[in-house]
Amino acid sequence: MEYFNIFVKGIFIENMIFAYFLGMCSYLAVSKTVTTANGLGLAVIFVLGVTVPINYLLENYVLKEGALSWLGEEYATMDLSFLSFIMFIAVIASTVQIVEMAVEKFAPALYGALGIFLPLIAVNCSILGGALFMQERQYANIGEASVFGLGSGVGWWLAIVAIAAIREKIKYSHVPGPLRGLGITFIICGLMGVAFMSFMGIEL
Amino acid sequence: MSESLFSKKNMKLIKDPLNDDNPITVQVLGICSALAITVKVETAFVMAISVLFVLIGANVIVSLLRKVIPSRIRIIVQLVIVASLVILVDQVLKAFVYDVSKQLSVFVGLIITNCIIMGRLEAFALGNKPGASFLDAVGNAFGYGIILIVVAFFRELFGSGTLTLPVVGKIEILTSLANNTGYEHNGLMILPPMALITVGIYIWIQRSRNRKLIEENH
Repeated sequence: MEYFNIFVKGIFIENMIFAYFLGMCSYLAVSKTVTTANGLGLAVIFVLGVTVPINYLLENYVLKEGALSWLGEEYATMDLSFLSFIMFIAVIASTVQIVEMAVEKFAPALYGALGIFLPLIAVNCSILGGALFMQERQYANIGEASVFGLGSGVGWWLAIVAIAAIREKIKYSHVPGPLRGLGITFIICGLMGVAFMSFMGIEL
Repeated sequence: MSESLFSKKNMKLIKDPLNDDNPITVQVLGICSALAITVKVETAFVMAISVLFVLIGANVIVSLLRKVIPSRIRIIVQLVIVASLVILVDQVLKAFVYDVSKQLSVFVGLIITNCIIMGRLEAFALGNKPGASFLDAVGNAFGYGIILIVVAFFRELFGSGTLTLPVVGKIEILTSLANNTGYEHNGLMILPPMALITVGIYIWIQRSRNRKLIEENH
């Protein structure tokens, strides 16, 4: 039940886009058509699902105060948490690189679809944001952390596919000149955020 | 003969990002943090200063190293440079303005993946001299800061009726009006969606005044 709760919370209530605006740049840049949005969304789910648990292990067995106690008594008081940014980003950048190579080798068709988006993901704030929120919220075990990663990824995917579908339709509307393109996208996104706010306060 | 610091070309590097080539409203870079931390003017201000520092540092360092960095691994090299600068900023904020650092929460760390920084490194610092990169960084950081402070100003004024300025502290502007006349603060302004709509309106006003920025097709 706890897992399900974290999953649903990640998708709707603490949605990466509408509650924290993470990954906004690629969200706005790659949401012109549904197919590409879908591709990027799936890649984000995958990378979040992989990197959050890895970073969880890193946080709890290397970085946190006292996390190194498994090495021996004298390491028990070490606190390396100031290194967490650089460690997390290194994990993310290398995971993305490995994932890119693996996908290219084993699933060329998927690589064709995702190819250009994978390197972009290394600098997508929602990935590092996922790791940092995991650190801030201190999940109880690795299962909860991975469910949180997957849930946030699904929430991000849902948000980008939804906005891409709306943007495809809005091409046929008469939007005032200065608002065309970026401006109207921002406002629609804000209205979608208002809709997502209605999920707030739901307890499972 | 080197050109002077205030030559036309250099002034353009600083002036363009303020309006015609603004990082947020035109280049669409660095949106995440711009929206999330604009509930109070003070946090927006601290964030703008942090980005200014990191962007200048990273732009100059990458520009100095641009002939040494192999292009295949440049992303990781850039990330490491940026991450080290961000750790510095984070530690300084924690030491001197702890409350603000708590409010900024994960967003200080997220300066690492702030696309303004990667975007300017890729687009400018990798191909230009350190001096020009420095000016480009200053211009872009100011262009970013202006939007942050404008958005935060409106959100805080209408959302909670106060303005929290750095150094000066909290000024109550609309609270007495709220107490005496039954004026209600617009609580929606401090919630996330209104940040998006405020930036949307900013873009609308900017583009109606500067018509060459209007997008032809969607």
